[in-house]
Amino acid sequence: MDLEKLQTIENKPSAPMPAEVRLGQAAWLKKNLFFSWFSSILTIVLLAGAVLLLKNVLGWTFFTARWEVISANFKLFMVGQYPLEQLWRVWVSLLLISLFIGITYGARRGISNIMFFTITAVYVVAMALPFISGSSRIWLVGAILCIAAGFGIGSVVPFLKKYAGFAWILCFVLVLFFIQGFGILPEVRTNTWGGLMLTMMLATIAIVFSFPVGVLFALGRASKLPIIRVISVIYIEIIRGVPLITILFMAQIMVPLFLPGGVTVDNVMRAMVGLIIFNSAYIAENVRGGLQAVPGSQVEASHALGLNTLKTTVFIVLPQALRVTIPSMVGQSISILKDTTLVATVGLLDVLGIGRTVISNPEFLGTQKEVFVFVALLFWIICFTMSVTSRKLERSLSVGHN
Amino acid sequence: MAQPSTQNRPPFWRNQKYLNLIWQLLFLGVIIGVIYYLATNAIAGLSRAGLGLSFNFLSSRASFPIGESVISFAASDTFSKALIVGFLNTLKVSIVGIILTTIVGVVVGVSRLSSNWLLRTISTWYIEIFRNTPVLVQIFFWYFAVMLAMPRIQEANANYGFIISNRGFVFPWFDTNSSFYFWLGLLLLAVIAAFFVFKWKNKQQLEKGVKLYPSVWFIGVVVAAIGAGYLIFGEFPASLSIPEHTGTGTSGGYRFSPEFAAILFALVMYTATYIAEIVRGGILAVPKGQIEAAEALGLSSSKILRFVTFPQAIRTIIPPVTSQYLGLAKNSSLAVAVGYPDLFSVGSTTLNQTGRAIEVITIMLLAYLTISVVTSLIMNIYNKYTALVER
Repeated sequence: MDLEKLQTIENKPSAPMPAEVRLGQAAWLKKNLFFSWFSSILTIVLLAGAVLLLKNVLGWTFFTARWEVISANFKLFMVGQYPLEQLWRVWVSLLLISLFIGITYGARRGISNIMFFTITAVYVVAMALPFISGSSRIWLVGAILCIAAGFGIGSVVPFLKKYAGFAWILCFVLVLFFIQGFGILPEVRTNTWGGLMLTMMLATIAIVFSFPVGVLFALGRASKLPIIRVISVIYIEIIRGVPLITILFMAQIMVPLFLPGGVTVDNVMRAMVGLIIFNSAYIAENVRGGLQAVPGSQVEASHALGLNTLKTTVFIVLPQALRVTIPSMVGQSISILKDTTLVATVGLLDVLGIGRTVISNPEFLGTQKEVFVFVALLFWIICFTMSVTSRKLERSLSVGHN
Repeated sequence: MAQPSTQNRPPFWRNQKYLNLIWQLLFLGVIIGVIYYLATNAIAGLSRAGLGLSFNFLSSRASFPIGESVISFAASDTFSKALIVGFLNTLKVSIVGIILTTIVGVVVGVSRLSSNWLLRTISTWYIEIFRNTPVLVQIFFWYFAVMLAMPRIQEANANYGFIISNRGFVFPWFDTNSSFYFWLGLLLLAVIAAFFVFKWKNKQQLEKGVKLYPSVWFIGVVVAAIGAGYLIFGEFPASLSIPEHTGTGTSGGYRFSPEFAAILFALVMYTATYIAEIVRGGILAVPKGQIEAAEALGLSSSKILRFVTFPQAIRTIIPPVTSQYLGLAKNSSLAVAVGYPDLFSVGSTTLNQTGRAIEVITIMLLAYLTISVVTSLIMNIYNKYTALVER
């Protein structure tokens, strides 16, 4: 009998699938905010809290806050004590970077669009700021033109598509050349570097230089040779077990101590060394994850083809391992960018360091909130852009994998 | 004519076994060489400065005051005691921070999955704002822009026993009475006894198939013990101390100094965003079928969360949360930026006073490594305890 029942059910013409339900406003509210008494209470309490908070925040932002502390110190926040007559070099670097961002977007499209549009938006907003001087406006127009020109070049010249990555290395070297001088341009001592420029320099150098070191340590950790493996493990575990601030501090105090007498390294370089030492241990762990994701059969197959260990590593293992680690690398880059603020505690004037000097200036007494909100906002824009990029990257990479 | 040997062994520089050994020795040699070079430089530099390597300074007088400490400390105490005070302060921030950040993180993580749109949106924005700004900026913000901008103690008013001023954050807390430790022992015994009663009743319930309310029994035993304790000692283990405003200060209650409050709030708000994301990921990783099956069995939604979702989610959650805890403990060293006397801050003061760079830094590194190792050990044990039992 049961079977009959089932059959009758089976034979019933199935009801047509309901068309996609479009909720009206009232229904949406009911579904998302007031579906139970608990949810209703929660909604009302949260709404009250949010309105109160927003009212206070907006009121402060537009009426109470003394934003002139930012406009008066804007140059300090951006480039620190960098000499005014040499400022064109920073601008030229910015133009270069814009050009390369344009080229990357033009050639590759895809993920780089977030960076492209964010940077363009930042330029446009910066132009609209009332306190920007005339010459800066001209440079900003130049930057926008550069980003557009880069886009044009990138989309017209197809062979750039393959080499956009290498172009960035060139860009990195060129920017270093312009900022530092390399003895060709008049030297600008690193102790005058500061503000956002120093933050970005520290972060870039930490990311770029700790990458190869980190990959080497990851390979060392995965190596079958016991001595190399043990040394890599000790390095990685010790560095990961201690706070960055102690490493920076150590770099400040120990680097001069360990160098032969008479050799001096300036503070910025010491901080860079500390950041690289720190970051490479974390990168090594990320890469290790990637290395573990490469099936052992790949190595065996490559040995069977007669490739030696070095070639297997460089041509077979690493390309596969690094591809997997790209998202976590972006995450690591975000965190090292945030961590560069710690150099403020060893006396460097990065954005945060500048912020601290500004609030201690008697002229701007009581403007702590404005200063730190501004610094936080700068970091937020950069980190948020990067994390959105990383999320998209993750999605685009996972498509090919499954 | 001799046959050419088919087992022509390769020369030793082609033999993988020897090659591996040679490479490793070479590597070791380079490392030792570099360390030797650095060490000779350092020793030469130190002897130029007239400083040998020695830990004797630890027993000399520190002669600097420490703002707040868990154990009593005076400027006449030794450097070693100062460092211990710093270490305890670091532990205090880390432990209180880990507890609070877990609570906030789990609440926000679950809120991110709430069916209430407003709650979901607010928690998402909280996470996006706080995880994308550097924690040091947040510490400065809490300290300079929030704590120090509070009303002065003279103008602060007490609300329900909470007094918030630029001298810190005072709230009601317990004062232990003389019988505190006896109470502690009694309660411990009571809980153990209650646990056995619970198990016994549970077993009976299973055997007889009658509802015997084992958890009621559990609570009953503990309450009975508390009643008995009150009859014996004539007082409770601790009495509530409500802070009072005394014009230029406060008395009673417990006080978070502005430095401690700033570093604690910043670390908790920052780390909780990461924990929230981990919790959310962990919950999402539980197969949907499990929850549907639990629903089909007729479990209520709170029971599903308690017995089905969480026990499975916790396995994926624990390893990444451990590294967040370690991160919090390490980030507590940023307290130096606002002048909270943690291990790093006391350490650098010691270094400045004695000039013993290598020794002090070694001590600091060892202390932080110990914290890291112990934390991950505890979490690993917990991880093993919750891990999936496979047969």
